Amino acid sequence: MRKSVNRVWRRVMANKLISEMGLPKSIANIFAARNIHTAKDALSLTEFELMELLDVGLAEVTTAVSSISEISCPPYQTRMHNEHLAGHLPTRLKGLDAALCGGIPFGVITELVGPAGIGKTQFCLKLSLLASLPSSHGGLDGHVVYVDTESKFSSRRMIEIGVNSFPEIFQIEGMAQQMAGRILVLQPTTPTEFSECLQKIKDSLLQHHVKLLVIDSMAALVSGRDGQGQCRQHPLGWHMTFIKSLAEFSRIPVVVTNQVRSHSGDDPFHYSFQDSRQNLDFPTTFDSHLVAALGIPWAHAVSIRLVLESKSGQRFIKVAKSSMSPPVAFTFAISASGISLLHDDGIEMTGPEINAICGQVLKHFNVASSINDAHNIKYFRDFEVTVVYSIKNWSFRVVCG
Amino acid sequence: MEVSSLPISASHRAKLISAGYISISSLSSISPAHLARDLGISENEATGILKVASQRGGPERTIPSHHSIVDGLRAQTAWDMLHEEESCRRITTSCADLDDILGGGISCKEVTEIGGVPGIGKTQLGIQLAINVQIPLEYGGLAGKAVYIDTEGSFMVERVQQVAEACIKDMQEYDSFLRKDLPARQVNLQANDFLANIYYFRICSYTEQIAVINYLEKFISEHKDIKVVIVDSITFHFRQDFDDMALRTRLLGGMALKLMKLAKKFTLAVILLNQVTTKYSGGSFQLTLALGDSWSHACTNRIILYWNGNGRYAHIDKSPSIRSASAPYAVTGRGIRNLASNCKRVKLM
Repeated sequence: MRKSVNRVWRRVMANKLISEMGLPKSIANIFAARNIHTAKDALSLTEFELMELLDVGLAEVTTAVSSISEISCPPYQTRMHNEHLAGHLPTRLKGLDAALCGGIPFGVITELVGPAGIGKTQFCLKLSLLASLPSSHGGLDGHVVYVDTESKFSSRRMIEIGVNSFPEIFQIEGMAQQMAGRILVLQPTTPTEFSECLQKIKDSLLQHHVKLLVIDSMAALVSGRDGQGQCRQHPLGWHMTFIKSLAEFSRIPVVVTNQVRSHSGDDPFHYSFQDSRQNLDFPTTFDSHLVAALGIPWAHAVSIRLVLESKSGQRFIKVAKSSMSPPVAFTFAISASGISLLHDDGIEMTGPEINAICGQVLKHFNVASSINDAHNIKYFRDFEVTVVYSIKNWSFRVVCG
Repeated sequence: MEVSSLPISASHRAKLISAGYISISSLSSISPAHLARDLGISENEATGILKVASQRGGPERTIPSHHSIVDGLRAQTAWDMLHEEESCRRITTSCADLDDILGGGISCKEVTEIGGVPGIGKTQLGIQLAINVQIPLEYGGLAGKAVYIDTEGSFMVERVQQVAEACIKDMQEYDSFLRKDLPARQVNLQANDFLANIYYFRICSYTEQIAVINYLEKFISEHKDIKVVIVDSITFHFRQDFDDMALRTRLLGGMALKLMKLAKKFTLAVILLNQVTTKYSGGSFQLTLALGDSWSHACTNRIILYWNGNGRYAHIDKSPSIRSASAPYAVTGRGIRNLASNCKRVKLM
């Protein structure tokens, strides 16, 4: 952990002061006189602009910029394989762990996306538990910060998962309390509170041995604002970079859940050189009219995207984006002990369907009367209910069976 | 040549002009002391100005041994360039179809932009090229090293290890199948050797990105065996938090020029990975590469990776020398490879 603190401070290269860079005094003074104090100030101007501003010749400017760049540039590394920075949090789902080379990777954002009620929160609860377990039982022996924006965290359910998955631990006196005591739940209700939460998390991450950060869900804070438009300035821009850098500096796994929305006519799927009448990569079947919320920039920013969906009565968890895994899908089910895979051998999906999100949902709940209720699944009942989403107007019919 | 076009500071320029020195030839036979007196500046500064003037105006600039029509400029004839182009090595992508449409592989000496939706395989292709540039000469490679500039943290060591091991295996197979008659030779490379030859820079802000691209000129002149520079991705730090779009365009333009200069000066391949965004054109929203229209002119070659039917395809969107075409490829456990199916025909546009 101490090593990562050094990295945090070293990282702020953009704010390095020119006065401390050891440049020849004459040019350093000129920079200061013109209010260019940091590397960022200097490098945000082109060389001609600097010439004009500082009233010096091109050769001098080039030399100065070259020195500033060399000093502000982070040193290179050669990434050898046996480094301690790469780590994984095993999910205890054998097939998934194998596909992800060990589990949820440290230092990057792993996204869980899927329709309501599919099991994202269940997965998060299980991961929180796993991170808090002692290392003798395969856990990370640390604290967990759980940011719950939709009030879906259920400690009762989490204990239930714990008792059923690791009975030998939870039967020990006081263990349940100790485990649950390691999980800190924050429930911001507005975007501003959420931003403040993140800042505070960053400050206390290192001191409190936090080994996992869960944000459930990210989409709750922007779904009200921009609907489904593709804005120029992404409202999540700051959060995205912040969370990414948080993950990287602290080298912990960061799990973020994302919602889905229906595909609108405005969602583009083609480039200008493609013949859009063919529509080959977007099957126009009823099932795949859902897309992940938060937009394309977010999809680029996450390193691992796990799509959870339901098709023909089966739930699937798909590794849709991962630089070290083949595109595989596993069938899973939700049980008393959390999530479990039905088969550890995944189904390889080489086409674009790995990214598609299917909207048929098989759920257990007491009768939901609106989409909002469908998001707040807290209880499990005996009867199965099939909810079929309609594309156009978010209405659905409930079929008991 | 005019004094107003000299790269000197604005105040010096103004003083020269007001003192009557309009053209460079007027400076050719003057002493620094005289100039200093005339302009009211120090003798050192005058010497500096005269030095710049002589560099610009003099006909004794070193020109390659081909006669050029334009005096004082470094120019080559098209015939000489043809020889250079043909002897220019290319980096294979490990996918035969993709290599075909690229004319043999990614060309050194040029900037190639590769863009696509998330998950299509841009980083995979970047990693594959960082490994393939290291293939020894006797296996048809360039025996070079790679610079990998990572702005998003997508460089996963385990994956690079996988691709490197697969590459070594391919070389061993090549030996056993195609060189049966020749004396056996061992492939003495390990995956760690490949990893050690990739100079990895982790960039966390646009300032660092500009800094590293500026610094590369010095770095590569000290490490002459670098044959490929991969930036993954060029977009990330320029996409959000940029209120001043004009500034962004200027900075991107400056970066593009520096990269082109690097590619040309050191004969290496520069590969820029880009993200996608949407644009409204022709009555509907379409996918397009990010960073705007002015950026799209900056790179020499442009390849778009996209989904088509059930497979991943690469499309040559822009290139001065290769015709527009698409080819399928696959991302496998061993890296980028040919799509192993019946429909492998290359689609020409």
